[in-house]
Amino acid sequence: MVSVAKVNFDCTINGEKKTISAYPMARLLDVIREDCELTGTKEGCGEGECGACTIMIDGELVNSCLVPALQADGAEIKTIEGVATGEQLHVVQESFVVNNGAQCGICTPGMIMAALKLLEEHPDPSPDDIRHGLAGNLCRCTGYMKIFESVLAACQSMKQEV
Amino acid sequence: MANAAIGRSVPRKEGRSKVTGEIQYIDDLSFPEAIYGTVIRSPVARGKILGVHFEGDFPWDEFIKVTAEDIPGENRQALILNDQPCLAVDRINHREEPVLLIAHPNKHLLIEARKHVRIEVEEETPIYTIEDSDAKKEVIWGEDNILKKYRVEKGNVDDVWASAHKVIEGEYRTGAQEQLYIEPQGMVAKASPEDGVTVWGSLQCPYYIQGSLEVLFGIPADQCRVVYAATGGGFGGKEEYPTVIAGHTALLAWKSGKTVKMIYDRAEDMAVTTKRHPSLTRHKTAIDKDGKLLAMDVEFLLDGGAYATLTSVVLSRGTIHAVGPYLCPNVRVNARALATNLPPHGAFRGFGAPQSCFAIERHMNKVARAAGLTPEEFRNRNFLNKGQRTATGQLIEENVDMQGLLTTALEKSDYHAKKARFAKENVGQRIKKGIGFATFFHGAGFTGSGEKHLASTLGMEADRNGRIRVLAASTEIGQGANTVFSQVAADTLKISYDAIDIEKPDTEKVPNSGPTVASRTSMIVGNLVAVAAKQLLAKLREAQLLGDEYTPDQFNSACDQYIEKHGELKVISEYSQPPGINWDEENYQGDAYGTYAWAAYVAEVEVDTLTYVTEVKDFVAVQEIGKVLHPIMAAGQIEGGVAQGVGFAVYEKVVWRDGVMINNQMTNYIMPTASDVPEIRVFFEEEPYAYGAAGAKGIGELPLDGSAPAVINAVEDAMKIDIDFIPMLPEDLFELIESAANNGQGEE
Ligand code: FES
Ligand code: FES
Repeated sequence: MVSVAKVNFDCTINGEKKTISAYPMARLLDVIREDCELTGTKEGCGEGECGACTIMIDGELVNSCLVPALQADGAEIKTIEGVATGEQLHVVQESFVVNNGAQCGICTPGMIMAALKLLEEHPDPSPDDIRHGLAGNLCRCTGYMKIFESVLAACQSMKQEV
Repeated sequence: MANAAIGRSVPRKEGRSKVTGEIQYIDDLSFPEAIYGTVIRSPVARGKILGVHFEGDFPWDEFIKVTAEDIPGENRQALILNDQPCLAVDRINHREEPVLLIAHPNKHLLIEARKHVRIEVEEETPIYTIEDSDAKKEVIWGEDNILKKYRVEKGNVDDVWASAHKVIEGEYRTGAQEQLYIEPQGMVAKASPEDGVTVWGSLQCPYYIQGSLEVLFGIPADQCRVVYAATGGGFGGKEEYPTVIAGHTALLAWKSGKTVKMIYDRAEDMAVTTKRHPSLTRHKTAIDKDGKLLAMDVEFLLDGGAYATLTSVVLSRGTIHAVGPYLCPNVRVNARALATNLPPHGAFRGFGAPQSCFAIERHMNKVARAAGLTPEEFRNRNFLNKGQRTATGQLIEENVDMQGLLTTALEKSDYHAKKARFAKENVGQRIKKGIGFATFFHGAGFTGSGEKHLASTLGMEADRNGRIRVLAASTEIGQGANTVFSQVAADTLKISYDAIDIEKPDTEKVPNSGPTVASRTSMIVGNLVAVAAKQLLAKLREAQLLGDEYTPDQFNSACDQYIEKHGELKVISEYSQPPGINWDEENYQGDAYGTYAWAAYVAEVEVDTLTYVTEVKDFVAVQEIGKVLHPIMAAGQIEGGVAQGVGFAVYEKVVWRDGVMINNQMTNYIMPTASDVPEIRVFFEEEPYAYGAAGAKGIGELPLDGSAPAVINAVEDAMKIDIDFIPMLPEDLFELIESAANNGQGEE
């Protein structure tokens, strides 16, 4: 077996500066889960299909199972653990609890990341915007209806807050 | 008293931990000392093992290796029959059959190394289809390939054919379906002769696993501990299969003395774990000139795969549901589950009923046409009503109104207007629209005397602050078990929903409340929660610490005083069968289920005649499920089930080659996404069931039964073509239309 050396690089994860030491081709997903011990990001397929591993890099949604660790060099990363503010849930999280947008919960972290991006791009999403924005995140439990309702209700409360 | 929790959509008990990512599934739990295990599997579907070779440049002596010889107890998966070994010894009966286990601290090395273990096999001819197995082309299981058979007989169908107004025959097929929980299966184990075996995992049924570890290791139950980790979906896929993984992981731990972790990747999970049984159903039906059913003769066949697993129980449910919610004086159902050299099929939400329901609901449309009646008029003339008897002779004593449910569903979906409009507008259009429905029922809980044999128990304990802990082996797999148990406990005790905690299922801490299957958790185990709560109140009252009326504060101080005096306040409730249930297992006669859920589903589709793609555009699900304990969660269960049913009908196809699934990836086994699902509109009618928790019936599996036939009946309406199989993907529809065109059927 050829041995490749680990490399060190800096990045920000959920607002915290970190120095990561990883094999260059390691999956960012594994670095986040194993090295950073942020296990809220899940692996459902490992091939970019299910969205359970969705995180944000510099504000863009990515499937972390497809991203080589080195791509995080200098980047700002946000995972589900960085969505709430202390004990205070984000409106979208709160809405998923109230509207039963999470059943088994395994798709939920990725789904919430996708919902955040969706609401950022479409503060007043149409049903089609929602379907489209969440189409990269598979959920086997809910049939998506309660997820759509969670997003819509979150959007309503966000409007009221403004 | 606190606000009643039942009937109100209280927040999901573990909801917060799910939206923050805090909740830990098996792969999230930290076992820093763990090494990794994997399974070396058979490369062929049938044959004799000649040898095992460790090849390539690997430090093989560093690997822990386990073969059947290392098994301390019996080499079998203890389930219903004892036909399935934990590790194959001489014979191979399906592709991917486990032959040996290896483990190593370096995961990447392990994954590379496993490709270099070669199993030398002398191949034999396998069989892969129900027909080949039924014809005994090769005998691969027992004397006749029959894993199980049942016969239901009511009246005498053979007396009817000659004098019937019409006799209509049909043959229907359903394919394998992957559960596709988004969390792949996995286990962690520690084991040693001194400390026994402990496994943690993603699972539905802790006590099933405990039972099998006992046999595998030859040690008493109390030395086999099974601990649930948060489970990311099951749908039956984590009913019996986790037993296999638990055994493998524990054997590696036993031999190595180390903690061993085994998490399947998606490809392995899809290729090797159980799927929904493929089915073939033949119907022969006689009607009189008024369109009334006179006789129904059904042959119901399942492909069980290479070993029996839970097939007999799946076959049983499919058999009992085979003639649907219709009244017929003469019924015969011959059911057989046949062995093939495919990996064993197993539990999947619906458990045989979705297969036989697809057949009967397609067939009823065909019979209606022969009778010259609309599908709804034909069904209205034949629905089972209160006071009548099912195929097994069960007297229906509950208030059933299938006609009412169907009428509601047709109204909510605007069925009549749409049907007429589509017929007019479809002419000459590329996109053909259609609307169709299915009417069906689903027996709740275990079949026949199953619940009596399970004899489930549940515990409840109070602390000195009046906080209540429910002790049950029932697992939260997304369906809301924790929430429902808390609602029932809170309302029975008249305290706040927030004062209830649910103990994590762990065989060392919770009694056996039975497996988390068969839509039984809310109805049956939920009722055990109510019974336990009443026992707890009775204790406090006997001790004269609580009056008939009390505030939550008084309850808390009563608990405090009781514990002060007696040390603990704990009760165990036990299942007792509702009166008047009689089941004759021998002849398949009697009360098959304590109660049934009843439903009418309507689907609207658009079929693109250029691409042959079917899209489901609207879906109305009307059902009577007893008392609705939690409206939002109940609707969520139905919606999730409908989406899986839509997948079963027009998206999800397991492609087999040489005995193994070759599209074992999410990229080419396609389940519905957020852009594929129709708007699903759910409506409930409530007829409280006296013996279910607060009047609840089971609902988890119901939506799988009727969704697929409703969709295909809608496609039939759009395309004017008979479709007798699912999954029906674009390529299948294309072929069907081509061959129908050649035979002169299809649209004029
Ligand atoms: S795990 Fe990354 S997309 Fe499925
Ligand atoms: S909640 Fe289970 S997969 Fe989405």
